[in-house]
Amino acid sequence: MAIDNQTVRKIAFLSRLKVEDDKIEPTKEEFNKILNWIEELNEVNTDTVEPLISVNDVTLKMREDKVTSGNCKDEVLKNAPAAEYDYFAVPKVVE
Amino acid sequence: MSDITRLTVSETLKALKTKEFTSYELTEAYLRNMENARNYNTYITENAEMALQQAKESDIRYAKGENRALEGIPLGIKDLFCTKNIRTTAASHILDNFIPPYESTVTQNLLDDGAVFLGKLNLDEFAMGGSNETSYFGPVINPWSKDKPLVPGGSSGGSAAAVAAHLCAAATGTDTGGSIREPAAFCGITGIKPTYGRCSRYGIVAFASSLDQAGPIAQDVRDCAILLKSMAGFDEKDSTSCEVAVPDYESFLDGDIKGLKIGLPKEYRPDGLNPEIAAYWDKAAEYLKARGAKIKEISLPHTKYALATYYVLAPAEASSNLARYDGIRYGFRADGQHLDDLYINTRTQGFGSEVKRRIMIGTYVLSAGYYDAYFLKAQKMRRLIHDDFMNAFKECDVILTPTSPITAFPIGDESMLENPINMYLNDVFTVSVNLAGLPALSLPIGLSAGGLPYGMQLIGKPFDEGTLFNVAAKIEVDAKFERI
Repeated sequence: MAIDNQTVRKIAFLSRLKVEDDKIEPTKEEFNKILNWIEELNEVNTDTVEPLISVNDVTLKMREDKVTSGNCKDEVLKNAPAAEYDYFAVPKVVE
Repeated sequence: MSDITRLTVSETLKALKTKEFTSYELTEAYLRNMENARNYNTYITENAEMALQQAKESDIRYAKGENRALEGIPLGIKDLFCTKNIRTTAASHILDNFIPPYESTVTQNLLDDGAVFLGKLNLDEFAMGGSNETSYFGPVINPWSKDKPLVPGGSSGGSAAAVAAHLCAAATGTDTGGSIREPAAFCGITGIKPTYGRCSRYGIVAFASSLDQAGPIAQDVRDCAILLKSMAGFDEKDSTSCEVAVPDYESFLDGDIKGLKIGLPKEYRPDGLNPEIAAYWDKAAEYLKARGAKIKEISLPHTKYALATYYVLAPAEASSNLARYDGIRYGFRADGQHLDDLYINTRTQGFGSEVKRRIMIGTYVLSAGYYDAYFLKAQKMRRLIHDDFMNAFKECDVILTPTSPITAFPIGDESMLENPINMYLNDVFTVSVNLAGLPALSLPIGLSAGGLPYGMQLIGKPFDEGTLFNVAAKIEVDAKFERI
């Protein structure tokens, strides 16, 4: 399944990454190399195989619904690139 | 007195207990080594002031007889573990100003046992790489380098190089596809990736959550046993950590291996296998045989597909995990007129090229229309690879293989850089273990004709790290490998 330039642009946007125009072609070629290599998995018939999602079959435990940490607004905001009025600040999103 | 930074952790603990020197003196000595070896680029952030303070407190504890399991031992921490109030970068520009307000569980466990943190060690960006060359902070130089600078392996390259060069007594690492074992092999030291779920992943910057596991990198097998005991354990903050008792790993070192069945997978010996490593592999098997173990050939039939499976699953999980780096709540932010511009500019400038490559591959294999063909297919392959091991362990107790088909290569090696797949192929002996969630240890076995270390890998049944320590200790004695 070879991908084209249009697909590279689409994946880049889905990844929220920019690929410069002159890098589209080399990126496509590199991806096709990798995808081509991955195609070797199709040599194996897996029609009846159950996918393995996690190696340890622990079932997630229930816990009491209570606050275990909190009231640390200042610590949480300390690493924010921009914060105002005790909130994270972002560019205007509503016109 | 001879150089106290050359002692192993177990030797250091004895010396601290008998007050041959203090933790403060020892920490100062390591800090001096670090200063003199800055050209290796092993540390991203040095933590001298806090380390000396911790050492002082350890000395008080020794004086009072209240010393804990790792009291006063100066460690290096891979810069993927969040450390409270110490900058944690994952070797990425996108996190290069991040100061965590919390501590990872593994590092907290080490602190609770009295460890001293010398600083944060270099790695491949977000642990994605096998040579430490993708770090935003530049490559690490392998202390075994001769005429030209060699890579230390990756991703835990700073950890392995620092341990080998005595810039810390031992270090933490993480392993998603070989990131503890390969650098340990390249730097002539020992490292173990424990069973998935053995160590908590809480507070470790996530790469591929179903594969990531923390473990120690140290000078010898005993030190790894001591460190792992401290790092491991169930943690409520990580739902994938397991409620399994952590044994005293050191107690396994003196066990005997009579009658133990050692499996050698035939698929790990392809026609083109480097004859040097093949010879060391045979030698390691002979050591074990001479001690009464039974050597038998086993088969892991889907080995050939492990790399391709890994390079679907790991990027897929990474693309999802790294979606959080958006420039809003922490880390680097680039300007953008609109929110999407801000995301795109931040991520494009903040991530390096290998990380971007993996995010995009991961996004592609998870995207509508391709999910079944790639992601689901890889999850099914993962089942087959996992079942191969489970079947093999019906016939043997431990599996012995080389860690890597090659020794450390030069920084900037053309063939590795021109095609990313060439770099990925170095993981051929290590990735299956992560896919199957098994414990595996790498220890040095001998030198190449060019004088560079080779590593041997032992793979165990789930939660059977103890047997790995037992067998590794025997190979260690017989191989008589000389560290730097």
